[in-house]
Amino acid sequence: MKSCLVVDDSSVVRKVARRILEDMDFVVDEAEDGQEAFEKCSAEMPDTILLDWNMPVMSGLDFLKQLRAYEGGDKPQVVFCTTENDVGHIAMALKAGANEYIMKPFDREILESKFQEVGFD
Amino acid sequence: MKPEEFKAICDFVQKNSGIVLSQSKEYLVDSRLKPIAESHGFADIGALARGLSLAPEAVKTAVTDAMTTNETFFFRDKTPFTIFEEIILPELIKARRVAGRLRIWCAAASTGQEPYSLAMMVHKHKAALGGIKVEIIGTDLSATAIARAKEGRFTQFEVQRGLPVDLLVKHFTQEGTQWLISDEIKSMVKFSLLNLLESYRSIGTVDVVYCRNVLIYFDGDTKKRVLTSLRKVMKPDGYLVLGAADTVMGSNGEFERANNKRGLYQPVEAGEMRPALSA
Repeated sequence: MKSCLVVDDSSVVRKVARRILEDMDFVVDEAEDGQEAFEKCSAEMPDTILLDWNMPVMSGLDFLKQLRAYEGGDKPQVVFCTTENDVGHIAMALKAGANEYIMKPFDREILESKFQEVGFD
Repeated sequence: MKPEEFKAICDFVQKNSGIVLSQSKEYLVDSRLKPIAESHGFADIGALARGLSLAPEAVKTAVTDAMTTNETFFFRDKTPFTIFEEIILPELIKARRVAGRLRIWCAAASTGQEPYSLAMMVHKHKAALGGIKVEIIGTDLSATAIARAKEGRFTQFEVQRGLPVDLLVKHFTQEGTQWLISDEIKSMVKFSLLNLLESYRSIGTVDVVYCRNVLIYFDGDTKKRVLTSLRKVMKPDGYLVLGAADTVMGSNGEFERANNKRGLYQPVEAGEMRPALSA
């Protein structure tokens, strides 16, 4: 089964995303910030990561840069999911190695569409 | 709504758009026409139904508009766009080197996402065009949809349905929560109003027709008539792309499946046409 790590400091967002992703047959794990996410990825790389931008301890962008520089860290398809909804942030995320980008608020349809976009139908 | 009032609306919609409304769609008629009845001074939908034949053109247009389905999104269903990139465009680039012109018609363009998706694909392959001029035409029955398509302005929700983020960044600019398609892509598409039940003279001759998720709303005779009319505006080696649920079954046999791809058709020579008994 495909795996997805949901990284967001909001438990509500994690819960909503988990529900949708489990309906799409993903095995879902969660992390509350970039630091925890990196520790989980170091132990086992997920197939995909749904990633918030603004989080305590380590931001989504810093996590992504660290992940892409880490051995095997090029493997996961990373979908940013954030309230940072301007072109500048999107461009920054893509440059850091994001594969797709969701502007909050999102719904099931958008999440499904973006995961299809990165090759997980 | 009384049965005869519902029937009056169904007859009107079918006559003006070809769309067949079954009895199960009464809830849809009710929810979509109630605001129209109120805003145009009718006591209720029944009064609107009874007065429809003599109503001003604005009311008739509003009713037809309301009963058409404008559901669309960028790169919807993916396959029709993969087919475009892998089969249609390469084949027609080869075949149109001399003519130097390639015309694509989206016959149910709605708010523009389909023709703009094709325009972005053409843009991606512009080096391969070798000077061939590509013209994309988007038409729809709904004046409201066409007005929006011409504007090329989309909500945050709309640009997140099917549109890869790299294309968003490349071809759109942001205005608050709205996203505007670039002038370059916009200039590749010409939009106009067109009812598929009427003359296609304004379209001229085209190489490719996208007519997706339209035929399913028509009865057998209307579908047959539309397919015959589409064939008449198409080049003999052109391509017709239908929706996943559309078929050419019941037609006069003007089209046959191409490249063994679902939804992809090519015209059949007049002498070889056989009524189509299957998809």
